[in-house]
Amino acid sequence: MNKQRKAISLISGGLDSMLATRVILEQGVHVEGINFFTGFCVEGHTHAIRKKDRKKPKRNNALWVAEQLGIKLHIVDVIEEYKEVLLNPKHGYGQNMNPCLDCKGFMVRKAYEWIRQHDFDFIITGEVVGQRPMSQRRDTMPVIQRESGAGDRLLRPLCARLLPETLPEREGWVDRGKLYDFSGRTRKPQMALAEQFGFREYATPAGGCCFLTDKAYSDKLVDMWRHRPSRDYQLDDIMLLKVGRHLRPRPNFKLIIAREEGESKFLEGYRKQYLHMHSRSHPGPLVLIDGDVSENDIELAARIAARFGQGREAKEVALELTDLQGESRTLRVSPLKQEEIAAEWYV
Amino acid sequence: MVRVDKELDARRILCPLPVIRAQDAIAGMQAGERLRVVATDPGVKNDIPAWCRINGHRVESIIEENDEITITIEVDGLGTAPSSQH
Repeated sequence: MNKQRKAISLISGGLDSMLATRVILEQGVHVEGINFFTGFCVEGHTHAIRKKDRKKPKRNNALWVAEQLGIKLHIVDVIEEYKEVLLNPKHGYGQNMNPCLDCKGFMVRKAYEWIRQHDFDFIITGEVVGQRPMSQRRDTMPVIQRESGAGDRLLRPLCARLLPETLPEREGWVDRGKLYDFSGRTRKPQMALAEQFGFREYATPAGGCCFLTDKAYSDKLVDMWRHRPSRDYQLDDIMLLKVGRHLRPRPNFKLIIAREEGESKFLEGYRKQYLHMHSRSHPGPLVLIDGDVSENDIELAARIAARFGQGREAKEVALELTDLQGESRTLRVSPLKQEEIAAEWYV
Repeated sequence: MVRVDKELDARRILCPLPVIRAQDAIAGMQAGERLRVVATDPGVKNDIPAWCRINGHRVESIIEENDEITITIEVDGLGTAPSSQH
């Protein structure tokens, strides 16, 4: 009797990995999913913060895909290990701070470690030749195989027929004739295959599933690095980049200003880590101060904070400033005028 | 009061971290034991039950009170997790 072959599939929550997994399931292989959480994944996060988004249906697409496919999903926290990928990408960054090629190599390497620990036979991904400018090119796809260590145990079912034969194909664990030859940026073949499998609903995240491909987010990350002695970061740092308005009026500090109630509530969780202020005399947002500040800086911060509250046109606004020891004092300031908020302060 | 074998404080962390923490907690538990997760991200109301369904665990209850969500899970409570065979 032939041994039941087992594969782990990198599930992002998008259509391609869903299709690739189904193609291999169809061939009688036991497949389980794996999803890596880097801290920069778009899934979930910001929807949970803003109040206006709270009513929208929330779901983690990787979990949803696994459920549609009837497979287990292992979600792996790689926040710490991912720092090295982001801080020192051997192959550099893409258009923003996205180290896509190093990232893919890292994830396949982690999947390769996983299959060795769990006695699985091979790895599958939803990659398609020519689909992405950095990680999914004919010349970079072998780099991922080589640098991850997975070699020919990495199978890309959606474009396998355009690539050299892999171990699962050579050994007859899967039938190469039933794999695909998709290439390029067109989504038509994937949509046709989805139709064939009866997938009526699937996620189509614009710009991928990673905040690092987003310009606004990348700008905030670069600003953070530029103004700190080290580029090292904690999860809280990168989470805060997703929340609120960020204004840097002086090089030594920036303000994180909640845009609405949900964000204020989220930022309240950071009150013990940051000097913070909120308006006492008028309704206004919670404002965190990130950096070392002088009395003069605090006064400027308070005048900016006052500008973003409902007392913006008042002569004077009273704000409560609380330090890291929880000690509070009241500041009375005149809000900055609209034209005094310099455009370049916005990060 | 239902017996709980392990408690997980997943407050102030956002999905998928509460799911990952629950997954890691359950990895060290026996079938039939109960895990109670307390979280603040409303995403857990979908994500933890979805994770439980695909991995064979049973969600016994979801209680939402004062912006906190308490989910009680029976480990392996659905019997064997669904097979991936088609």
